[in-house]
Amino acid sequence: MRRKLTPYLLALPGWAWLALFFVVPLAGMISLSLTSGNVITGFTQTFNVGNYVEAITTYSEQLVRSLLYGLGATLICVAIGYPAAYWIAFHGGKHKSTYLLLILLPFFVSFVLRTISWKFTLSDNGVVLGTLKTIGLLPADFSVLNTAPAVVLGLAYNFLPFMVLPIYAVLERMDHRVVEAAHDLYASKLQAFLRVVLPISLPGVFAGGLMTFIPTTADYVNASVLGGPGNTMIGSIIKTQYLVNNDYPIAAAITFVLMAVLLIGIFSYARALGTERVMEVQAK
Amino acid sequence: MTSGLDTPTKAPAEVRAPTRPRRRVDWGKWFTWGVLAWLFAPITFMIAFSFNDIQGRHNVTWEGFTLKWYGQAFDHADLTQALLYTLAIGVLTMLIAGTIGSLLGLALGRHRFRGQGTTNLVMFAAICAPEVVLGAALLSLFLLVGIATGFVAILLAHVMFTVSFVAITVRARVITLDPNLEEAARDLGAGAWTTFRLVTLPMLLPAIMAGGLLAFALSIDDYIITSFVAGEVTTFPLWIWGATRVGIPPQVNVMGTLIFGVGVTLAIINVVVAKRRRS
Repeated sequence: MRRKLTPYLLALPGWAWLALFFVVPLAGMISLSLTSGNVITGFTQTFNVGNYVEAITTYSEQLVRSLLYGLGATLICVAIGYPAAYWIAFHGGKHKSTYLLLILLPFFVSFVLRTISWKFTLSDNGVVLGTLKTIGLLPADFSVLNTAPAVVLGLAYNFLPFMVLPIYAVLERMDHRVVEAAHDLYASKLQAFLRVVLPISLPGVFAGGLMTFIPTTADYVNASVLGGPGNTMIGSIIKTQYLVNNDYPIAAAITFVLMAVLLIGIFSYARALGTERVMEVQAK
Repeated sequence: MTSGLDTPTKAPAEVRAPTRPRRRVDWGKWFTWGVLAWLFAPITFMIAFSFNDIQGRHNVTWEGFTLKWYGQAFDHADLTQALLYTLAIGVLTMLIAGTIGSLLGLALGRHRFRGQGTTNLVMFAAICAPEVVLGAALLSLFLLVGIATGFVAILLAHVMFTVSFVAITVRARVITLDPNLEEAARDLGAGAWTTFRLVTLPMLLPAIMAGGLLAFALSIDDYIITSFVAGEVTTFPLWIWGATRVGIPPQVNVMGTLIFGVGVTLAIINVVVAKRRRS
């Protein structure tokens, strides 16, 4: 009897914490998103679906922009992260772990500080642009900050390691003899890559895509610091509605819409792959 | 465009390549180092400008070398207070999430039980859910139930979003353990608790520590979730955020550099120890 209870007792504290502070809050948020009222009169449950209509119609621009920026950042991460992960896994030799550590180094600097550092590095008269302007390589009114590329590149910068790690984990574990086998069977380098290495590494790319697309889409730090007023993302709207305007029902509704859009993606993704497998790749 | 910063370092190789057909250029290596240069650019900037002898409020242009900010690292009382909050929350998160996450990981890795699939799914969702959603949902709950935002709220939030990471790290290790070792201990007369204490726990310790450190690192770095539930409490990332508009004092660079230094030192020690153990 006692042995049967053991796993439940072990899992209970962690499980209860996740239930109380993750599952229940999500339910609370959905409930809040259907209320009416304001912060002075209080909010009453009226199953007011109108909040969703208002949220979607008012903020569709920011929502679409966030999805596009997230997608752009994810694609950049794949384009940069895959070759880097490939080279470290296949040609890193005995320095593999050192390279991996170097890829992770940015994580030792606070996320906000890293982003703000970019802002100073790229400021109109800062170290990079100021110097290039002084020697005449750039026009005096050239600016990087407050543009869409600045935001997308900032996002890609901050989340690149999340792409490199899962791809590396898969490539590193893969049996390198299968590539030799492909060559023995007269596959060219490109064919061996496209038909052997790439399919094997796809779970890593999927996991990396998940770990990059979700946080970049929902991020607002990069948009606020590097993007200026014209590049507001949906996360920023959520934060302002909650903390500044105290319009909780609308705020909760937008959050739920964002979550729903992302979750539909995740679950169809995870279904195709099996969650355990994606999580294993992540944990590596 | 992406590798805008790498192009200057890569360009000479591209130009030279055709003139020396015999020597092959290791494109992959150049590329990887270009990516690393990109990753390091803002960090280099942060470290360099912790030595910048600025006169005004804005630490943007280079005005000369000084060490004085390291001497005055703790001169901004509210910044120091923010750092202390961050460290206190980080340590408490490490202890709480480290403990309950390890237990959860042990249960998931070792036992089969009802609700296991659901637990895996909830953990997966908690890791994948964007921080804005986690923060907004928690704030919604706190508003509905009337829990005050502040120190305790931040701690509750940080344990919530780090516990799954600890559980996964520990579970991955539990799965690789040889159950025969525990059986051997039992055969030699050890009880369940003694077996756990003397056999299982020591083997899991590296994973538990790794999970705990991960929780600590995630906690001290967190801005988005914290900003929702912090109330009047200001943590280090929140303080930096608040200071962007008025000018960030060099002390922030100093603290960032110190945290970076400690983190890198720990990581190097970890790599060296792991290497020595393997050989």
